[in-house]
Amino acid sequence: MEHIVIIGNGISGITAARHIRKLSDKKITIISAESDHFFSRTALMYIYMGHMQYEHTKPYEDYFWKKNRIDLKRGFVKTVSPEDKVLTLSDGEQINFDKLIIAVGSKSNMFGWPGQDLDGVQGLYSLQDLEALEKNAPNNKICERAVIVGGGLIGIELAEMLSTRQIPVTFLVREESFWNVVLPQGESEMLNRHIKSHHIDLRLSTNLKKILPDKNGRARAVVIEETGEELPCNVVGLTAGVTPNVDFLKDSGIELGRGVKVNRFLETNKKDIYAIGDCAEQHEAIGNRRPIEAVWYTGRMMGEVVAQTICGNKREYKPGHWFNSAKFFDIEYQTYGWVFAKPKEYEAHFHWKHEDDTKCITVAYHKETEEFLGINTFGIRMKHEVLDRWLSEKKSIDYIIKHLKEANFDPEFYSGFEKEILSTYNNQPVNV
Amino acid sequence: MSTVQRNMSLTGEPPKSINTQQKLATFLGVFGLFLLVLAAVNLNFPNKGVWLGIALISILGGVVWFAKGAYQNKQEGIKNDGVWFKSITSRGYLAWITGISLTGFYIVLYFFPQFLGLVQEGDNKGLIAFFDPLSKLLSGNPASQWFVYGTLYTIAILSFGTKFIWKYRHNRYERIRTISVMFFQTAFAFLIPEFMARLNSDTFSLPYYDLKNIWPLNYYNFEQYRVDSFISAGDVGLALLLFGIASIFIITPILTYKYGKRWYCSWVCGCGGLAETAGDPFRHLSDKSMNAWKIERWVVHSVLVFVVVMTTAVVHSYLGDDASKYWLTKDVFLIGVGVFLTLLFAAIWFFKRKELEKDARYGAFGYLVIVLVLIGMHFTAGKTLFLFEAETLRQSYGFLIGAIFSGVIGTGFYPIFGNRVWCRFGCPMAAILGLQQRLFSKFRITTNGGQCISCGNCSTYCEMGIDVRAYAQKGENIVRASCVGCGICSAVCPRGVLKLENGPLANRIEGNEILLGNDVDLMQYVNNR
Repeated sequence: MEHIVIIGNGISGITAARHIRKLSDKKITIISAESDHFFSRTALMYIYMGHMQYEHTKPYEDYFWKKNRIDLKRGFVKTVSPEDKVLTLSDGEQINFDKLIIAVGSKSNMFGWPGQDLDGVQGLYSLQDLEALEKNAPNNKICERAVIVGGGLIGIELAEMLSTRQIPVTFLVREESFWNVVLPQGESEMLNRHIKSHHIDLRLSTNLKKILPDKNGRARAVVIEETGEELPCNVVGLTAGVTPNVDFLKDSGIELGRGVKVNRFLETNKKDIYAIGDCAEQHEAIGNRRPIEAVWYTGRMMGEVVAQTICGNKREYKPGHWFNSAKFFDIEYQTYGWVFAKPKEYEAHFHWKHEDDTKCITVAYHKETEEFLGINTFGIRMKHEVLDRWLSEKKSIDYIIKHLKEANFDPEFYSGFEKEILSTYNNQPVNV
Repeated sequence: MSTVQRNMSLTGEPPKSINTQQKLATFLGVFGLFLLVLAAVNLNFPNKGVWLGIALISILGGVVWFAKGAYQNKQEGIKNDGVWFKSITSRGYLAWITGISLTGFYIVLYFFPQFLGLVQEGDNKGLIAFFDPLSKLLSGNPASQWFVYGTLYTIAILSFGTKFIWKYRHNRYERIRTISVMFFQTAFAFLIPEFMARLNSDTFSLPYYDLKNIWPLNYYNFEQYRVDSFISAGDVGLALLLFGIASIFIITPILTYKYGKRWYCSWVCGCGGLAETAGDPFRHLSDKSMNAWKIERWVVHSVLVFVVVMTTAVVHSYLGDDASKYWLTKDVFLIGVGVFLTLLFAAIWFFKRKELEKDARYGAFGYLVIVLVLIGMHFTAGKTLFLFEAETLRQSYGFLIGAIFSGVIGTGFYPIFGNRVWCRFGCPMAAILGLQQRLFSKFRITTNGGQCISCGNCSTYCEMGIDVRAYAQKGENIVRASCVGCGICSAVCPRGVLKLENGPLANRIEGNEILLGNDVDLMQYVNNR
């Protein structure tokens, strides 16, 4: 019986395993150094915040794996030999495979800041990171101030987490506005205000210079590049993005870029070895996507595709329309299609913001053809299915705004803003 | 991993202790409770009415003020911060103390009301006497232990309902729903029956009737004394009796068809009302395991069968044999019940069999056989219907289900088992509405394409123990008999994936092997296969 070994029990690896099981009777082994069972990484923040316990983050009960004959192996893969089709764990154990799926995910970016290895300095990605945070910042007595470096999704989640324990947070963001590499100006500025309204000390256009140690080798302060200001703190959260966690493959002969290089079939340069999820790097970006997509949903999608390939139905990874979502403190965010922070030369934006400063939408469209290209929504839930269809049907911006109600996914009795949005749209100054 | 868990709960502290406002509010509320305790130990208050007012307003005010202290400085949105770190909401010491105290109170209330001061012949004493002024004001009668209970129950729903609204003030569905349960408790469960009792005289008498309490939840509604009372009260009584029957066979099926069982369970019902308000802080304690789900389905439907058999036996016991006196004789009734159940079963089997799982089909079939065999045995072997005397059945049901299950365990154990234990495992009304919801309602919870991140907030905060996430991550609609439509899964979802909806019956249940967002060809290939 063919033996499929999957390294990594995140969403990508687990999805691949589940779909391989659905399609076949192959022997499946999943190896992870992080946890015994699959848990949802995206829910780590809720454990720290006390909304959930670790057990609740497991999408499947523990008996599921045995019942579905998916073997779980706790261990750290040290080396992979593609030619012998064998991998070696850190304790020396060797495991043979017929096909290997590398789904090892990411690790936090460290940009060589002085002091980045001190105690109390950490990222937030793995279960171990969360355990470290629980030790570093259990309350505001032990952690009197935290500094977060990096203005992205993990950074703001960490800020929200710490603030639920009343730990004062200074948030250093390199850009002049929060996440403005991704979000258009109006949205990004609304989020700046929302972050500050939660008593987060948001410092824009600010870089970290170094982290200072105390006599025990713990972080005691950070120094800011621009002003030289020294900010005392007990915890430093480094959340400036993530990098594929592929160091263990350096001597394997598997082609690496920043991540594991794969073709459109998610195959590496070595036969029968595939890579999916955060750690996979496309030779060439697909459409407007980046070569490495460290996103939950794309990890899941690659898992689905690679399972087909492995079970004899060779498939290209051809993702449909881009979508994503997040939550910034109390504001939910969804995006469908492409809305670029700095509009491309062919692209124009329609922006509407509610007066309460917690809801807005931006619709991107083609300047000449008026074709709908994408939408960002804040504080208003939208139906994935409807927007996906509109993108496929290449509807016009006019059509989208007039039919926005069909896409609404807010709970019953919620106020609708479609009329307001429409009147704003109709009253826009006409571009000549 | 177990070490991590232990570590979390030991080192994790509540983010902060309660603030000054909350301390004062606690003082006020406990002062009110203390007055009740003083009354219970027979301290004779000089001016009972005034002191009762002070006590009740203190409790109400204390809870509302506490809620204000908790939420007024927080921004709108889901704030379940520290729920799993707090003793009271994570089965800690405070939870056990609360559970035991509540359970103790229920046991005394149900089985030893004399300890609370109930006196059958003569004036009440103690706590119950303390409530006499209010009872006399409303109905003209002295208080009973049920009046004391009803008053405290209403205060709990009003005060904790206010807290709930504050907590979920960003969510209009939750606000409106809570105002609804607060209204139905105050008006229908508490005031209207008291006012109706005021109308009673020597010549006109109606039983105590909470109009929104529908059989089989009020399993006693067709007992002899009540039916006699309805009939003797003339047109009004007859109208109420007919309303009681219509609400079972006409009103509830129509409303459930249109809106799902939520119209009752989380908008109207008193048990649900308490669970949604006072019980809200415990909703995450429900058991989500597959085992709990299996037990739930067997237990809740067994209770339903029990209540059907028991009611049939009770009604049968007081009907006559002589067809010349009244058309509805013992035999006509019994055959009628048998025919109705058989037709109902046949209809479900014919139209919906494919939608039922194997064990549900076996279970339904088994129960039908049992009921028909019992009726058949009655006609062949004669004498006692259903092997037991009707009165024995009624008493067992009243004791086991009415008192122990719904009262003592159902609400007393909120802090241990979660707030919907009774609704989930025991309520025969929920079972009937659940069957209707599962088989022919327009209600479902829809999921949003491929946006689920499997975080588990929805499942954790489902008070009915439904593993909502299991559906959401498959992109499947949630059509479950047990869902009471509280809407919290949708509220706590950080990605806006869930929505409660009423929609067309076609394609209510649809799962996708491959979720939206993926390769279009692959989605078509797999989902159409």
